[in-house]
Amino acid sequence: MKRNVAGKVLLLIALSSIASLAAITFFIFKEGLPLIFKVGLVKFLTGREWSPSSGEFGILPMIFSSVWITLGALVIGVPTGISCAVFLAEIIGDKTRKILKPAIELLAGIPSVVYGFIGVVILVPFIRETFGGPGFSLLAGSIILGIMILPTIISISTDSLKAVPNSFREAAISMGATRWQTTIFVTLRAARTGILASVILGMGRAIGETMAVIMVAGNALNIPHSPLDPIRPLTSNIALEMGYATGDHQKALFATGIVLFVFIMILNVTATGVSRLGLKTESLSGGRVK
Amino acid sequence: MKFPRRNPVTTQRLADTYFSIMAVLVLFILLFILGFILVKGLPVLNSKFIFGLPREMGEAGGIFPTIVGTFLLPLVALVFAVPLGVGTAIYLTEYTRENRLTAIIRFGAECLAGIPSIIFGLFGFVLFVVVLKMGWSLLSGGLTLAVMILPTIIRTSEESIKAVPRHYREVAFSLGANKWQGITRVVLPSALPGIFTGVMLALGRSIGETAAVIFTAGSSLKMPASILDSVRTMSVHFYILAREGISLKNAYGTAALLVIIILVINTIAYYTMHKFLEKTHG
Repeated sequence: MKRNVAGKVLLLIALSSIASLAAITFFIFKEGLPLIFKVGLVKFLTGREWSPSSGEFGILPMIFSSVWITLGALVIGVPTGISCAVFLAEIIGDKTRKILKPAIELLAGIPSVVYGFIGVVILVPFIRETFGGPGFSLLAGSIILGIMILPTIISISTDSLKAVPNSFREAAISMGATRWQTTIFVTLRAARTGILASVILGMGRAIGETMAVIMVAGNALNIPHSPLDPIRPLTSNIALEMGYATGDHQKALFATGIVLFVFIMILNVTATGVSRLGLKTESLSGGRVK
Repeated sequence: MKFPRRNPVTTQRLADTYFSIMAVLVLFILLFILGFILVKGLPVLNSKFIFGLPREMGEAGGIFPTIVGTFLLPLVALVFAVPLGVGTAIYLTEYTRENRLTAIIRFGAECLAGIPSIIFGLFGFVLFVVVLKMGWSLLSGGLTLAVMILPTIIRTSEESIKAVPRHYREVAFSLGANKWQGITRVVLPSALPGIFTGVMLALGRSIGETAAVIFTAGSSLKMPASILDSVRTMSVHFYILAREGISLKNAYGTAALLVIIILVINTIAYYTMHKFLEKTHG
């Protein structure tokens, strides 16, 4: 009897995560959808004019900005992060790794506002003096985001490289491959799903980051034509105007949130799919399933 | 088409050098950020700054109310998130097998973990601040953070409950304990250090959070007197000081203290997890 009661109560509790997700979806859509219908979905997504005071709500520049800054962050963060993961997993010994990996993971805890601030006081002036332009730019945003996603990419990629069974490496070495060839042709390939998952997670973090981007990216409402142009991604648009927006303007910010939410959910579902695929291939190859 | 063949040993040396340079670069950047904030901020820290009340919007005086807000807000969040998260973990590990329902529960938690904080901010604003009429308050902000940290608590609790060896439960049952007694008196106490790690990680994340907090807890610089009062956390205070150019000096000070607090909390989390894994894996 008692066992059943406990089980049922726990089931209710366990539904809290999916219920929260449902509530978030419901409220964001409830607030934002009416405005999208009012403006028209196509006009909302492809409009270039964002001028709440005259009722113009087009978010194309922000969609472009979000896509560009995320790609920029990946260009900077992914090669660096994966190289660092190879160093941690394949080149140095267990002892050094056990010090370096936690150190890098601890730094993942530095708040995004701090990264943004470092961007403002060091990176932005540097870009302004070296390349010209205002300094607050797509480039500055991409670099800061690229650094911010490093710990995620390094940590998960290192774990997936370490999960590749040693017999794989031994087989390659015994066939006469050098360590470098083993890493490129065997280990990295065997760990590819885990590495891909780390990249997708990093991508999610980059596209969703708000405060650091507001501080360094310049917030101008343009479709960027050069890395030195100031930009305003979806997240920044919401946070910048949420403080004072009312009426349709506020609803338009929730509508911006819907677009961001859809982007993120697509990434989430992809990431879940990829990591499932990873588990399957790992267990097929006899590897340790984490 | 022929590629010039390089000596494999040279390639190996080049590769090793490349990977080492990348790793040193990453470490340098991360340590530089940390060092920069500490070098600029530590000289600002003194008892007047830490325990003083802010004057002129934070341009002068201390930051004590924001320190109080920084700890109260995650505390409210944990009060809600820990029972829900640990309960979910117990259900997933002890009360069910993997089936469609657990897949849905896990999907919910994974998706929550991927949602950006600004979306939590929007959600918390409309549900807690507006619909439930809690206003910008400790309660609204705490509930918003609770939803945000729920996946962390679930994941770490589940992992630590799973790490408790099977025979612990068998011994409990063989002594006549029922399932619930086995869980509450044997499994949970053994998993406690792991659960504590999750709580610490969630605390660290909440303390560093800005976007979800600023639209739900507000940014009042007054000392909160009730759970329905608005509070300003150190992250929000730092953001406002830096962005509105109120005081660069106090911004550095706030940032330094913030970073120290988060590093201490994350180090405790890491250390506890390490000890716990050592113990359960023999």
